[in-house]
Amino acid sequence: MYQAIVFLPLLGALIAGLFGRSIGDKASRMITTGFVIISALLSWVAFFEVAISGNWTTIHVLTWIDSGAFEADWTLRIDTLTAVMLVVVNSVSALVHVYSNGYMHDDPHKTRVFAYLSLFTFARLMLVTANNLVQLFFGWEGVGLASYLLIGFWYKKPTANAAAMKAFIVNRVGDFGLILGISTIFLTVGSVEFDTIFAQGPALALGTFNFLGYTVPLLETICLLLFMGAMGKSAQFMLHTWLPDAMEGPTPVSALIHAATMVTAGVFLVVRFSPLFEFTEFASTFVVVIGATTAFFAATIGLVQNDIKRVVAYSTCSQLGYMFVAAGVGAYEAAMFHLFTHAFFKALLFLGSGSVIHAMHHEQDMRKMGGLFKMIPLTYFMMLIGTLALTGFPFTSGYFSKDAIIEAAYAAHNPAHMYAFALLVIAALFTSFYSWRLVFLTFHGPSRASKEVLSHVHESPSVMTIPLIILAVGALAAGAFFSSSFVGHNFEAFWQTAIVHNPTNHVMHDFHDVPQWVVLSPFVMMVLGFVGAWYFYIARPELPKEMAETHAPLYRFLLNKWYFDEIYNVVFVKPTFWLGRLLWKIGDGRIIDGFGPNGLAARVLDVTRGLNRIQTGFVYHYAFAMLLGVAALITYFMFGGAH
Amino acid sequence: MEIANLPDLGPIASELTLAIGGMALLLLGAFRGDGALRLVGYGAVLLFGLAAVLVIGQPNETVLGFHGAIIMDPFAKFMKVLILIGSAVAVIMSLNYLEQEKLDRFEYPVLIVFATLGMLMMVSANDLLALYMGLELQSLALYVVASFNRDSLRSTESGLKYFVLGALASGMLLYGSSLVYGFSGTTNFPSIAEAATGHGMPLGILFGMVFILAGLAFKVSAVPFHMWTPDVYEGAPTPVTAFFAAAPKIAAIALFIRVMMGAFPEAVAQWQQVVVFISIASMVLGAFAAIGQRNIKRLMAYSSIGHMGFALVGLASGTAQGIQGVLIYLSIYLVMNAGVFCCILAMRRAEGMVENIDELAGLSKERPVLAFVFAMFMFSLAGIPPLAGFFAKFYVFVAAIDADLYALSVIGVLSSVVGAFYYLRIVKIMFFDEPAEPFEVPLAREVSIVLTLSSLFTIFFFVHPSTLISLATTAAASLSSGAVAVVGH
Repeated sequence: MYQAIVFLPLLGALIAGLFGRSIGDKASRMITTGFVIISALLSWVAFFEVAISGNWTTIHVLTWIDSGAFEADWTLRIDTLTAVMLVVVNSVSALVHVYSNGYMHDDPHKTRVFAYLSLFTFARLMLVTANNLVQLFFGWEGVGLASYLLIGFWYKKPTANAAAMKAFIVNRVGDFGLILGISTIFLTVGSVEFDTIFAQGPALALGTFNFLGYTVPLLETICLLLFMGAMGKSAQFMLHTWLPDAMEGPTPVSALIHAATMVTAGVFLVVRFSPLFEFTEFASTFVVVIGATTAFFAATIGLVQNDIKRVVAYSTCSQLGYMFVAAGVGAYEAAMFHLFTHAFFKALLFLGSGSVIHAMHHEQDMRKMGGLFKMIPLTYFMMLIGTLALTGFPFTSGYFSKDAIIEAAYAAHNPAHMYAFALLVIAALFTSFYSWRLVFLTFHGPSRASKEVLSHVHESPSVMTIPLIILAVGALAAGAFFSSSFVGHNFEAFWQTAIVHNPTNHVMHDFHDVPQWVVLSPFVMMVLGFVGAWYFYIARPELPKEMAETHAPLYRFLLNKWYFDEIYNVVFVKPTFWLGRLLWKIGDGRIIDGFGPNGLAARVLDVTRGLNRIQTGFVYHYAFAMLLGVAALITYFMFGGAH
Repeated sequence: MEIANLPDLGPIASELTLAIGGMALLLLGAFRGDGALRLVGYGAVLLFGLAAVLVIGQPNETVLGFHGAIIMDPFAKFMKVLILIGSAVAVIMSLNYLEQEKLDRFEYPVLIVFATLGMLMMVSANDLLALYMGLELQSLALYVVASFNRDSLRSTESGLKYFVLGALASGMLLYGSSLVYGFSGTTNFPSIAEAATGHGMPLGILFGMVFILAGLAFKVSAVPFHMWTPDVYEGAPTPVTAFFAAAPKIAAIALFIRVMMGAFPEAVAQWQQVVVFISIASMVLGAFAAIGQRNIKRLMAYSSIGHMGFALVGLASGTAQGIQGVLIYLSIYLVMNAGVFCCILAMRRAEGMVENIDELAGLSKERPVLAFVFAMFMFSLAGIPPLAGFFAKFYVFVAAIDADLYALSVIGVLSSVVGAFYYLRIVKIMFFDEPAEPFEVPLAREVSIVLTLSSLFTIFFFVHPSTLISLATTAAASLSSGAVAVVGH
């Protein structure tokens, strides 16, 4: 069964990718979608089998590398953590596949998108079922590749190509850290198998190593390097710049990759390595600080963005920050719970946005929308549910998971926990504000779209709305249904040893006993955000403009995303281009080509020309050459001492 | 029972056949007039065949004759057969051409027969005088053949150039011979070898050897004695060029080997340096100078200079393995050369021969089979496996490496890379350039047969190389074994 879950998407990808032309796009769509749906249903079976009944297993697929001391096998590690991820990945993936049947209906290259989607799903499954670091890295890079292909899917659009490259390159920075982390682990532990590494966690915490004359704590370094990889993949503060641009890809792709599954790989990595992170002080504090900063920072940018997908993208970035805070303070269960619920409501929001965009004929600017709720009521209601869940409206799934994180941040003993708590609460206010802003701008108020567009606005076909309804159910109920298992009183039986806690870490028990004001704070923030958004965009729609004018520098600062792109452009991109051009024009062009191939070829021609000039056609020249030759040989023998 | 003090004529049976047969053909031609070209030509081919049979019939051991002036051994047998094949093919290839160019005079085959006679004598020479006699007989015939198209300015010019420079080379050779004779007191190779042993070798003999080397190098057109080659190759009628590039080269190399291994076996260290030098110079010049050529015959001239350089690599190693490499090289070169010149003969339009390589443009569309075969010869000349030319180079370079001549091997391989450029350019012109005016005139039947056989040999040599290799091994062994069986007197 587990093999089927993992390899069915690969099979679908291969069929659609290699034979898509010959079997036609309808067959390709059916095969990939069908396989992923089967895989998703089996994942739910696996979830109950593994997580609820507790039947963990490992399945050896085949031996991959066996070279000296280095061994790595293809092995499926099926524990609760894997099972949760299987459910998340495959459910969202299946719904996105179904949805894409409608959304990509008019695209001439739809077999390709389905092949890529299935390929992505396979890589992501490889990542979550990995039993060693090399296999994890394979999946990690596989999702990177699929993400690159999907962001650049509309390859004729220069912006899409640029965004795809940006995603790939920024991820390389993180991946570099991950590779170093994996190498360090192999050097010190002598294995890449998870169980071997995890057993060494407390021992590694005491180890140190020398680096350029400094004595560096070993485990802290390993965890920081691993987290660097996580930061890249999960678009955390400083390595986040690729995520908003990645919205150039088709919207279902954004839902699958940039909301529900791929970007959570970093969170998964940290949670998977809880046996190591639990024994670090500095690294986990760093995780908390980065997570909290990202949550706050991304939320501020989300306040002013006008592109509907970008708002959701920054929201994703921000929510990932929440998850990292939870992981950093040791509440890995809360991080996974938020990952789980977030997958539902964020996919819902993305697919809902997609439905809006579809209805508006690929218009993404919210300033050109408004008053759509009567025209596309179903989409409206679905977006409403997603927004409620995201903002943490009581008893929706976001309410359970997000509040758990905020309470855990308060209850933790991490040095940065109050910093994190404060920023998360403020971020909750912003989240509520920008979410309702999105709803109000898009669906309420007078319509700002052109007559022509409005006349064509239509509700999406059922193949697109049914996935929305399923996700909406999840967004509403998943929190309440699974709360006790994930973070509630049954959490130890549920997670067993998939997540390891330091004996001194009681945050999972403590967060139930936080003061009442802490519990209420996110709710208050949510209400405040709602009221604020209503006041700004419904009651007094002219106010945002005035605000933007009075606080112009701040507005521009936010609108331009804290100028990260501009700073990176000056600090990294320009010098890199300069260096590249230097090496290309001078290093390669003038030195290597000049003296190498081209230079040699030119010298050959020179020699040829010289030799042909000697060949004058005059007999006495020829005779002279012969005599010269004899004279040279004779002289050589006379004085060369050759005899 | 001896009737008179008549020398044993057995070892020179083939030479005698050619001499008498040649004169008979001359008479035949004189009586029949100019229309006798084909008759005399086929007669010459028949003579070559007969001579070859007589050569093959010789015993597989070393036989001396005429008081040691003539030697007949497996090496001579191997070389003579090669030369006879080369000459026969040259006659066959030329008949149709001569008729078309209105050059159909019967003297042509007769001259080839006498040149071949000279070559056979060169191969069997075991004495400086025998050497000179054979060499001059060959050369005089070749001078005439070069200017055979006497109404053409270029042809006569090339003949004259060849003659003047050839005379200079002969002079050097004679001067060297006299020095050697003066310092050793003998003209017989084994006796010279006894006089010129190792460190006690007089400088006079050394100088004489260098002069002889220079004269021989002229005949194989090795750098810096090569300068006549491009002009003569370009000026001479195409079948003559084809002949020049094959049989005389083989004879000259054979003589080269014979003199070096026979007369100066103890001075390997000395002549090896000279051979290495001229070998490198020839390979490099052949590779570089050919790049600038647009005339296919000039290009083939530089190509043959380069190939002689490669053949000399084997001689430079000074071992039996090296000689074996040379023999294999020459055999394969002979065949490739015949094939290439068949292709060049196909470069004919209604108004006459064309010689610019740009005229080959788009040949693959007009004459795909011809273009394919031509391309195979080019690849083979460039030394690309699995074609025959690769094996030719392979054996000489292996021998050179076994003899620790690393610099020579590396330079040789590098220059073959440079040389590959102009061979491949011809392939590129034939297959990728916009078609030029097509060649309408079909090949003569006999030329097609030569072309087919040589291309089959070149392409499929790798299937069964062992016969040639074992023959070459036997031939090379006979030369360096030193076991000289004196039979006759």
